[in-house]
Amino acid sequence: MEKLKKEDAHPKILQALLNTEVEMIKDDVLDNEMILNMGPQHPATHGVLRLMLRLDGETVLASVPELGYLHRGYEKMAENMNYLDYIPHTDRLDYLAPPANNVSYILAVEKLAGIEAPPRAQYIRMMMCELARIASHMVAIGSLGLDIGAVTVFLWTLREREKVLDLFDKICGARFTTSYTRIGGVAQDVDDATLSLVRDFINQYEEKLDEIERLLNGNRIFLERLEGIGVISYDDAIDIGLTGPSLRGSGVKYDLRKNAPYLFYPEIDFNIPVFTEGDSLARYFVRVEETRESAKIITQVIDKMPKGEVMLNSPKKVLPKKVEIYSRMEELIHDFMLVNFGMNPPEGQIYSATENPKGELGFYIVSKGEGHPWKMKIRSPSMVNLQSLPGLVKGHMVSDVVAIIGSLDPVMGEADK
Amino acid sequence: MNFSEKVVSKVKEKFPSSVLDVVEFRGETTIKVTPKDIVEVAAFLKTDGELQFNLLVDLTGVDWATRKDRFSVVYHIFSIPNNFRLRIEVPLGAEENIDTVSKVWKTANWHERETYDMYGIKFNNHPDLRRMYMPEEFEYHPLRKDFPLMGIPGSLPLPKK
Repeated sequence: MEKLKKEDAHPKILQALLNTEVEMIKDDVLDNEMILNMGPQHPATHGVLRLMLRLDGETVLASVPELGYLHRGYEKMAENMNYLDYIPHTDRLDYLAPPANNVSYILAVEKLAGIEAPPRAQYIRMMMCELARIASHMVAIGSLGLDIGAVTVFLWTLREREKVLDLFDKICGARFTTSYTRIGGVAQDVDDATLSLVRDFINQYEEKLDEIERLLNGNRIFLERLEGIGVISYDDAIDIGLTGPSLRGSGVKYDLRKNAPYLFYPEIDFNIPVFTEGDSLARYFVRVEETRESAKIITQVIDKMPKGEVMLNSPKKVLPKKVEIYSRMEELIHDFMLVNFGMNPPEGQIYSATENPKGELGFYIVSKGEGHPWKMKIRSPSMVNLQSLPGLVKGHMVSDVVAIIGSLDPVMGEADK
Repeated sequence: MNFSEKVVSKVKEKFPSSVLDVVEFRGETTIKVTPKDIVEVAAFLKTDGELQFNLLVDLTGVDWATRKDRFSVVYHIFSIPNNFRLRIEVPLGAEENIDTVSKVWKTANWHERETYDMYGIKFNNHPDLRRMYMPEEFEYHPLRKDFPLMGIPGSLPLPKK
């Protein structure tokens, strides 16, 4: 095979890599400085993430992450469709926790329109968010184990995730791309039989989580490959913009459910797990503890869930019921207008964010009073968290890069938008 | 005096000539600032003992298409000690550049790269102003309003053989 020339690789990425200041950590007699391309097709980079690594032997001197291999232009698409049409696209942002994205987006739209869903719908949304958190963290924990050689855990965590997906199937009619929320409520009500299934899942979950933890926390290889790897300090973590479990692994108590509460989270009693070490192991522990808290939240949510409507009665903004569309003129007109021209929120700009499994997912919407947003920016946690990667991997071995990516848990669908 | 009024009055007091406007909408405060002082304003908001806006949540641009100042650069900052979110909007002409705030908040680096990629807004003194998502040979800025939704045929280069 012919040697790859500099011009063949993307020259600007390479230049950025060569421009980063490096200090040689080891004096290698063989002088084997090397540029290694990792990804975008690599099983351990969690999707199409590409990394250019500059190596001294097996030690990483510098690295440049390259994003955009899954860029679908969701912000451009949002400017050309009405608010209701966009809901299915939010499923495909963080594709490990679709209901959480649905809720995050719909809360932004409702804030812009100045409406609020009925209490029952909001409680259902909270339940869905926390179930999604469990489902997402199960993949995070499992694939972190998989990346560093603990394969059994992956199967065990996916078994738990599978149960959550079955619950999504019962609640939304879809296992994966749920599109469950609507402007002013949720698509359909949850019946008591399904709620008791959720309760059954939560009751057995604690025990299963203990089993998973026993597999990992007593595993010396697992602990030694994570402890002290990819350390980020309290101030650096805030400065680089980390959010979610990765930030709380560095000791910062920042969780939007407490710091900027939405839905009915102030009425629920739960803790924010915080670990101060700032290494990959701390980030793993935060995720495990968070799912425990999520289970606690779900139990309380089901206990407190009031009876009542799940869609708001606000004909100019919220879709009417299907039965009424077919039987009454007024509702038919409203449905026609909402579907074809969209809900018209007032002119203005809002930013609304929720605490998603990966971190702070925010939507910044600029409205000109039309049926579609003038601009919509998605503040995706995975993209911002990935920015910390060059700092985290510096000075570690190539095999640790995989562990660090696993502990950050990026999802490229969200990072690339 | 609540916290949002306190922030506004402190910024107005410190930079009387650069605050253009203050807007309240849905309980959110927006301060409009001229582009020339943005780094000083950002540094003041971050380091002031009372305000402590230590987390830059988001940075993006807006293309207004028909306005005299075609673009806006929008900063969302959060003060973790005070639990308060603030928006700073900087109007910017079509050919104007703006200074980078990546010296103040490190996280601005990638956000500014993304804004450059999507709107073509150039950030002075940026450490690494490359495209974030689009290929580096790409010539357009897709989130500008004059870029068509379906794209421009032939604008995405094929990989070299």
